Amino acid sequence: MTAVLPDLAAVSEQAVRAALGTVVDPELDEPITDLGFVRSVAVVGAGDGAHVEVHLRLPTSFCAPNFAWLMVSDAHDAVSAVPGVGRVVVELDDHHDSELINRGLAAGLGYQGTFGHEAEESLDELRATFTRKAHTAAMERAVTALLRLDPAVDVAALTLGDLPAGEPTTEALLRRRAVLGLPLDPGAPVLVEADGTRPAYDAAAHFLRRARSVRISVDGNAHFCRGLLTTRYPGSEADQTPRPEDRPLLPLEVRS
Amino acid sequence: MYTKDGEQYYVVDAHIALWDARPENQRNVHGKQFIDCFYDYHRNLSPESETWGYEEYLYQGGERLMRDVFVDGIVDHAIFQPARLAEFYHRGFGQTEEAFALAQAHPDQLTYNHYWDPRDGENGLEKLRENAERMQLKGVKLYTADWHGESRGWKLTDPMAYRYLEVCRELGIRNIHIHKGPTIRPLDRDAFDVADVDHVATDFTDLTFVVEHVGLPRLEDFCWIATQEPNVYGGLAVAMPFIHTRPRYFAQIMGELLYWIGEDRILFSSDYALWTPKWLVERFVDFQIPEDMTEYAPITTAQRKKVLGLNAARLYDLHVPEHLRLPEADETQTGPREPAAADLASV
Repeated sequence: MTAVLPDLAAVSEQAVRAALGTVVDPELDEPITDLGFVRSVAVVGAGDGAHVEVHLRLPTSFCAPNFAWLMVSDAHDAVSAVPGVGRVVVELDDHHDSELINRGLAAGLGYQGTFGHEAEESLDELRATFTRKAHTAAMERAVTALLRLDPAVDVAALTLGDLPAGEPTTEALLRRRAVLGLPLDPGAPVLVEADGTRPAYDAAAHFLRRARSVRISVDGNAHFCRGLLTTRYPGSEADQTPRPEDRPLLPLEVRS
Repeated sequence: MYTKDGEQYYVVDAHIALWDARPENQRNVHGKQFIDCFYDYHRNLSPESETWGYEEYLYQGGERLMRDVFVDGIVDHAIFQPARLAEFYHRGFGQTEEAFALAQAHPDQLTYNHYWDPRDGENGLEKLRENAERMQLKGVKLYTADWHGESRGWKLTDPMAYRYLEVCRELGIRNIHIHKGPTIRPLDRDAFDVADVDHVATDFTDLTFVVEHVGLPRLEDFCWIATQEPNVYGGLAVAMPFIHTRPRYFAQIMGELLYWIGEDRILFSSDYALWTPKWLVERFVDFQIPEDMTEYAPITTAQRKKVLGLNAARLYDLHVPEHLRLPEADETQTGPREPAAADLASV
């Protein structure tokens, strides 16, 4: 009797796309697959030799190159980790730094090796800045959702247990908090900075207003970037999935 | 002047350009990428009736500019805010001499602002003095993401930039328009960050810093800095056309700006030739915060008058006919403007 071997030919496009779905545009706080940034996925060959080629695209030639690098290199890492995948090529199309980024990635030069004098240390701080903003926006969405139900709620005193369990806005906030290592227990205060610091009691409303400006910025940029992609690449709207339900507070009314 | 429902508005378009992006002026692929990016903005955010063909978008020339910007006599005055982009275009993107000549021919209608770049060093300082005298500069447009040899950006806090700002102060160039872009060294951090504006606004309190595009895509960072610095203004270039495609987003932009920085420090701009001013003025006068956004107070006629022209007229010493003026406002200089309207309950 022959042993049951895993199907080595099964590196599917679906598996590659699932891996790409873990890559997030840090600025827009959404997977690149939902945004339509994945232009093509090709899998050639099977077994250890499966060769995967992925092309990414962005809404403009002048999207910031540091964010572009983060997404392209994250995509390379994610696809490389898919079982059975051998050689991986990830290329960014039609960007002002396409040549530089694609060459650097193919040669394994890393961020500093690719950008030379323009790179000083790492993009960790950039990533951290937008992880913090993603939390701030999620916090504002969760609190505002609650305020819609009960306008008299005392926002300064809110704890996680006060948020409606199972609501997309609550779940999204819990995920952002987990990323930052913030407490998740029902008694933990909702209004906190990314480092856990609470605003003074009488500064809570101001704190929420500031968080709101962050949320409006993130959501507005996400909508504009999605729109620009479809203008630049006609038909790409078919590759976009609607912005998730955990951020419903900017009703998108788009007229052509 | 624009008239609607018995109200008369003095209108200043605080950000226009006379550019040349035709293929013969493109130095490399980036010249094409740059204008294509603009054209996609244009196509994505314009009503169908205001959308141009690609060829006419590349270059307009002075005659057409005068027709487009001043059609129907709505816009009273417009201000050139040129971008150099010498690494992308043989003769630059903004057409300095053509625009300056046009401004000389129509001094009542046009003001020419020029640019400088601290990476031009001492020679650039000399050139700035020459330009200030020849062009009678009241303002400059700075694009911190412009490429320059090996460099792809600079900060207002660079020591040489301070030298240029000191010369601006000395020569009476009071209006410093700043546009942030995507590339700047080091790439480690967010190139759109406006923290350097905060520093120079504190160190040059006698200069006015107009952050173009109201800091987009970092509206929140801009609001936070501008609320603390009374000499920081927001220019609505690129934010304006959202009034058509995404009116609720535009309402939130306006709501946040009026809350954080107030009605005296916001400037209307079409960003011509990205868009034309006529339809934007008409829409803006008709625009109101949607009723369900109760956290923002409704926009008043006086606020519209200030944003559309009176604020820019003050910065540029433009003569506003008596009947189009408003009484001097009495607003707080810093901090949120209308905390009483801060109903947290809805969006």
